[in-house]
Amino acid sequence: MNTLRLGAICVGVLILAALLSLMWTPYPPAAIDVPHRFALPSAAHWLGSDSLGRDVASEILAGARVSLLVGVIAVGIGVGFGVALGLLAASVKGWLEDAVMKASDFAFAFPALLLAILLTSTYGPGIVNAIIAIGVANVPVFAKLTRAAGNSVLEREYVLAARAAGRGPTAIAFEHVLPNIAAPLIVQATIQFAIAILAEAALSYLGLGAQPPMVSWGRMLADAQTWLYTAPRLAVFPGLAIAFSVLGLNLLGDGLRDALDPKLRARR
Amino acid sequence: MLSYAARRLTILVATLGFASLIVFAALEVLPGNAAETMLGASATPETVAALAHKLGLDQPFGARYLSWIGGALHGDLGQSYAYNSPIAPLIGAKLAVTLPLTAFAMLIAAGVALTAGVYAADRRGKSGDLAIMGFSQLGLAIPNFWFGILLVLTFAVRWRLFPSGGFPGWGDPLAALKALVLPALALGLVQAAILTRVTRSALVEALGEDFMRTARAKGLTRRRALWRHALPNAAPPILTIAGLQFSSLIAGAVVIENVFVLPGLGRLIFQSISNRDVLVVEDCVMLLAGLVILVNTGVDIVAAAIDPRLRAA
Repeated sequence: MNTLRLGAICVGVLILAALLSLMWTPYPPAAIDVPHRFALPSAAHWLGSDSLGRDVASEILAGARVSLLVGVIAVGIGVGFGVALGLLAASVKGWLEDAVMKASDFAFAFPALLLAILLTSTYGPGIVNAIIAIGVANVPVFAKLTRAAGNSVLEREYVLAARAAGRGPTAIAFEHVLPNIAAPLIVQATIQFAIAILAEAALSYLGLGAQPPMVSWGRMLADAQTWLYTAPRLAVFPGLAIAFSVLGLNLLGDGLRDALDPKLRARR
Repeated sequence: MLSYAARRLTILVATLGFASLIVFAALEVLPGNAAETMLGASATPETVAALAHKLGLDQPFGARYLSWIGGALHGDLGQSYAYNSPIAPLIGAKLAVTLPLTAFAMLIAAGVALTAGVYAADRRGKSGDLAIMGFSQLGLAIPNFWFGILLVLTFAVRWRLFPSGGFPGWGDPLAALKALVLPALALGLVQAAILTRVTRSALVEALGEDFMRTARAKGLTRRRALWRHALPNAAPPILTIAGLQFSSLIAGAVVIENVFVLPGLGRLIFQSISNRDVLVVEDCVMLLAGLVILVNTGVDIVAAAIDPRLRAA
């Protein structure tokens, strides 16, 4: 099976799990049932229950929702602002291009996690601040990519023709540049989506992301770590869910890159 | 080369200045000044004003920034509100854990990545290459803190070979190193996944160059040509990515210290956040960001020393 198909299947499962959790989970994900805590996997609790008797399978399903939500919004912020800045830099050139590139280089040196720490220590921890921090860290990635790809499109003859026909820089940016750089942007968005899921898990694990009663795979792992000696299996499922999602997205990204750029495929 | 280094150092100073401004602004100017944050919602306006005055928060932004930076340049990082002690020695003690941890992890990452990357590139398309690429794909997908927990489960809970967390201090160097083995593995092996891929692809590219054919034609063995010609040519991109990875290594260390309850900078940051000790958070974040910027500059200069073409950029 090729990478693209395998990745698409994994991501499909992730999306289905999230959609399913909106309509149905075996138990309400946050429902506490202390008498049945640490239940072993069984017909009643497929993956067992955790330290407060919550159904692990239900929590995993609900966690998919949070991961997807964080990924979509954080990548959305990155694409929205990053592509706009990159297009602006490529179209206007001059000091503006310099400024955007310098700022992006600088932001690259600033890990998203440090940004999240800064934000949460000022505004308090929470999923919204975590999403903003991850999203902001995505902006320079897309700004740099858009500018580089955009510059190579702007040198093409059809852009010269459009300019000769009297189209302005804004029209050229949207009618010619954007459609022609969509492929690398989609590939990058897939990879940043995977990184966003990892970042959200880390932040929630540290207590800076999703707050109770919101379910998050990262928070489940933080809970599980307290009970490593009692119920080691609790630390396995959320981690598998994260790894499965990230692996699927990375495979999808690699597959899309090969499918959209046949030259690359030949070089491998 | 010297003028390139000088140019990079100028940019370094400018970047550090810019970074300090952002860190300072983020924590001091944004809504809810530090005094309010420290005292919580229940504080009366009078007590907030009194603490603000004691911390010098009633002074204008520029004056506060200059006194923070001026102090930092003299090694005075200010007073911790929660510990009621100077911050500089506090951070120094935590660095004695964080720096060895990151160095240890970097060593593991570089060692594994170079070995696996060279091996995979040398056997491109064969089963050894595919296995290594598969493992690195897995490594990219596994969160470092989960890997840390799994290591604890296996080597501390089940086999009791290593401590599950904590740090005995450097008084007993052997026990201290032993306490760092699992954290460094959790940090380093996940990091190695990315570096392995970069090493392999840079090397595959170099192996396809014309100079490799020349090297073989003049009688070098395949192995010798790889070490003597391909690897040095593949080095600059590997170094650059390793430098960029340093920032995620630092971020990873903050997380891993919390997994293994190591008394390093990462733990200090989190304690300070919950203590609302704003100045300590500010100093720590600035220190980590500064470290990242410094390492990236160093890497750029070394890469330019290896490859003269990079000096023009």
